[in-house]
Amino acid sequence: MSVLIYAEFAEGKFKKVALELASYAKKVAETLGTNVTAVTVNATDVSELGKYGVDKVLKVTNAKLDKFNAKAYADVVKQAAQKEGSKVVILSSTTDSLYLAPIVAVGLDAGYASNVVALPVSTNPFQVKRNAFSSKGFNITELTSDVKVIALAKNSFGLAEATGAASAEDFAVSLNDTDFNVHIQSQEKASGKVSIADAEVVVSGGRGLKGPENWGMIEELANVLGAATACSKPVSDLDWRPHSEHVGQTGKPVASNLYIAVGISGAIQHIAGINASKVKVVINTDPEAPFFKVADYGIVGDAFQVVPELTKKLKEFKANNN
Amino acid sequence: MKILVCISHVPDTTAKINFTNGDTEFDTNGVQFVINPNDEFGLTRAIWFKEKQGAHVTVVNVGGADTEATIRKALAIGADEAIRVNTVPTDGFAVAKQLAEVVKAGKYDVVICGKESLDYNGGMVPGMLASMLSYNFVNSCVGVEIEGSNATLVREIDGGKETLTTNLPLVIGGQKGIVEEKDLRIPNMRGIMTARTKALNVLDPVAADAKTKAVKFEKPAPKSAVKLISPDNLDELISLLHNEAKVI
Repeated sequence: MSVLIYAEFAEGKFKKVALELASYAKKVAETLGTNVTAVTVNATDVSELGKYGVDKVLKVTNAKLDKFNAKAYADVVKQAAQKEGSKVVILSSTTDSLYLAPIVAVGLDAGYASNVVALPVSTNPFQVKRNAFSSKGFNITELTSDVKVIALAKNSFGLAEATGAASAEDFAVSLNDTDFNVHIQSQEKASGKVSIADAEVVVSGGRGLKGPENWGMIEELANVLGAATACSKPVSDLDWRPHSEHVGQTGKPVASNLYIAVGISGAIQHIAGINASKVKVVINTDPEAPFFKVADYGIVGDAFQVVPELTKKLKEFKANNN
Repeated sequence: MKILVCISHVPDTTAKINFTNGDTEFDTNGVQFVINPNDEFGLTRAIWFKEKQGAHVTVVNVGGADTEATIRKALAIGADEAIRVNTVPTDGFAVAKQLAEVVKAGKYDVVICGKESLDYNGGMVPGMLASMLSYNFVNSCVGVEIEGSNATLVREIDGGKETLTTNLPLVIGGQKGIVEEKDLRIPNMRGIMTARTKALNVLDPVAADAKTKAVKFEKPAPKSAVKLISPDNLDELISLLHNEAKVI
């Protein structure tokens, strides 16, 4: 009956979202009067999960699963849920987890709700609050099936340390040849650069930057803050920046702790993509820019003067506070 | 090659979102509906296959008669025929079930859906549909090439991209990148006129129980006014971000 989470492990450690998931699942399990089991794939040291509330870890070790494969990983989660008799299965909102979650739901004949932003509104009936309309609204969704699958939106709950330790148990899954019908040929990852998906801080530029040659100052500000860089839609349409950096309703959604928008006026589609960010700072010459209506802090000023000065001052601040 | 493109009928991306009837329903008053942008990227790619490789393209929507203007637009863009499953969509599971019946009946080789619709943002239909059909499935797809029964796809991963190969039959969860925005087509007069003569088949739904239901809606809490800081006092901004917002 335990609450099951799928804890993503990569490059020798659990992803931060896996620890957030554990923290969240602990609270859900407490409400339901049960405990938390995590299932992991090819993880080595699983002790960290215990620090965030996981009671038991099902360790799947299988060389065939070295590379992510949605169908095979969905089998892992499904079989773990069946073994534990889990009625609530929780995944994170990484690209990989969102890929496999609907497959898990069909496998378990379960209702599925993604983009969940808070603890369940109620557990009987089981209702969750989720982002909808590209964060322009929330929807309270009731899951009416016996088994429920939910995906927690990134940065929506935070980390909560718990006392206790997780026991580990090897778990053998049965996989079919058809699980491996999709083959990875190659991966291209930007190395040494913070990705928008993982970023706690995002620095984003718009048409106010006047041209791609001016992006150096955005990158410098991002470097000081350990931030990812992003851009508005017109900027990616003009090919000043790659489409992978386009933030907005038809681009990438951002749920960072801090979002700094430079020279972006704030079209409704852009705001929809960054609404889930906690703190928004806007730098723009136009005091009437709509972005100021949703920002927490604003500077009406010329980006070409403000950004280098801000970078310099942040460098000093970081030097004095580290 | 038979391609089925699944399209959702969603509020335009500029629409203001309001709720009605005690916040239990989306307020459609004054809202313009469009083809879900992620689906439109997939539709455009399907038309490309039709023109370059001779595919037959069908669009399908699960929805009431009010979605037909959106379906006709897809026909005007270049789809050969259309299907509307005549039921108001409840949840992703039920929609996937309706679509699975359409795919089975039409024996489609490739099914292209948007990775998520911009209304409920559930992101569940493509994966559920693939699972129900036991079709191969690639989500968050930003590139696809098909030769015979072999497909090469590019999908977004966190922090990059990966290239995958698989065989048909195949379900794709597509998004911007599968074609670029500049390649989207605006229906011309000839397309609009031709669309009127293309078949739009209305099918009765199969029995499909929803497993979720939207109970209530909320709007985000109103924001307090922005704190404006002088460009000559950036130390104040840093102090606020550190001490008040606690984000640096």
